[in-house]
Amino acid sequence: MIKNISNLGDAALYCDFGQDINREINSNVIKYFNKIQQLKIESINNITPSYNKLVISFDLKRINYNELKNLIEKIQIDKEDTLNKKIVEIPICCEEPYSLDFNRLEEKLKLSKEQILKNFLNKKYFCYMTGFIAGMPFLGDLDENMRVQRLETPRVKVPKGSIGITEQFANIYTFESPGGWNIIGNTPMKVFDNSKEDKPNLINPGDAVIFKEISKEEYSNYE
Amino acid sequence: MSSNYFKVIRSGINSTFQDKGRSNLYHLGIPFSGAMDNRNYLLANKLVENDLNNPVIEFAYQGPLLKYIGEKIRFTITGDVSFKIKSKTSEIDGNCYETYEINNEDEIDILSTNKSVYGYLSLSGKFDVGYQWGSCSTNTKSNIGANNGKKFQNGQIINISKINKNFNKKRINYINTKIEKIRVIKGTNFNYFSEEAINNFFKKEFKISKLSDRMGTRLEGPKLENINSTNIKSEGLIKGVIQVPGDGNPIIMLSDHGTIGGYPKIGVVISADYDRLVQLPSGSKIKFQQIDLSDAETLFKMYEMETQNLLNQI
Repeated sequence: MIKNISNLGDAALYCDFGQDINREINSNVIKYFNKIQQLKIESINNITPSYNKLVISFDLKRINYNELKNLIEKIQIDKEDTLNKKIVEIPICCEEPYSLDFNRLEEKLKLSKEQILKNFLNKKYFCYMTGFIAGMPFLGDLDENMRVQRLETPRVKVPKGSIGITEQFANIYTFESPGGWNIIGNTPMKVFDNSKEDKPNLINPGDAVIFKEISKEEYSNYE
Repeated sequence: MSSNYFKVIRSGINSTFQDKGRSNLYHLGIPFSGAMDNRNYLLANKLVENDLNNPVIEFAYQGPLLKYIGEKIRFTITGDVSFKIKSKTSEIDGNCYETYEINNEDEIDILSTNKSVYGYLSLSGKFDVGYQWGSCSTNTKSNIGANNGKKFQNGQIINISKINKNFNKKRINYINTKIEKIRVIKGTNFNYFSEEAINNFFKKEFKISKLSDRMGTRLEGPKLENINSTNIKSEGLIKGVIQVPGDGNPIIMLSDHGTIGGYPKIGVVISADYDRLVQLPSGSKIKFQQIDLSDAETLFKMYEMETQNLLNQI
């Protein structure tokens, strides 16, 4: 299922699973990720799954590119290997002051606020990957008529909890961060919790995510 | 408050606790972190006879001014650093890679790093710090690690939980060499760039921007023209990757980098050059040189052997 392995610098393998972004390819990436993690190869520093790639960085003091490539090429994924999926429900408030970009979205998508919200909320999303900042999930796919580019000028600070969309994806800003996604609302829920060392991320690759709209009052009373 | 501690009179620009960092968390979005200059970090611990993974204080440019309260303890500073040791009766200029004894109410004043960025302070003992995922390394962006994930603040207390009393004075001669050519391996999106961009990348000078930090080194120079697309499908990053965003200015990923990124990668800095790359202060000029994988592996073996030899001298 890995189409090609090449080197990313002198201390990482770059595994390519194909050109497209779709659930089948991404599920293969995640299956490999799970399998390699289970093998607990000590010389591996990190394994990073993304839409269609798997980057494996290693300790050059203990192993080199060709040796690790040989190991990874021998790994077989069973057809029965399945993903452990769970459904996560995320409360979202899309009222002021949380919905930063509704005017822009109405203009770009040529849809009313009600229609945008309906489209956004009536969807079950798939988590392709987490990262960039700790715990941030990359969710997809939005319908064709909901796809919009990033802001021309990214914000210096996107508030923590913001939920943004761009192209076919949605994400949640787990920390205040610079960013260019179109902000549709905000969640009071803790999506990354660094006090839980065994499971800091609420949403993990392969999980399904649904959004449930809440009012400003419910947001402030959220515990 | 324990009975032995430092009071931070001046925090310095970016002073944090670091160790060797935390692994196997990129898939959660948590970076490796850890000391930026690994060799100087290891030397700092070895000089005070600590376990090599003991927490140290890392500082950038101007370091902290620390007042010590407690029983006799020794410390050392590594890197290329100007610092003073002040007691009630004397004030001396300290030398890097030499251990010093301090007593109650003495002060360590770390004035600045010289033509470099990072320096390290270690103690013959242990800082009382919090651990997350097996490491104390502070990542200020995600508030992970020691000191509640924050850099030092003026007025705060740094507790010391253990002092190693059996101790010999140590010293080595070591001079940090400056790197002028950063060696890189071709990146996975090398063909996204025009011939002119590739030529510029390997022939022209780049300047280290003052916006550089523990996340990345930002470079200014000839804009690198992209002939394919200025975005790729976001994918995993590693330390040393050189990404080129739409504005054509390269960024090299360092210890606290984002775990995934969507800009084309023109190259990756080789492991052997990493410690010296991070020590280039803003305003420095550098050039890139392309080498292949097997040369990079050999150069790393040599660099690693040098580090081991230095450690063995202590």
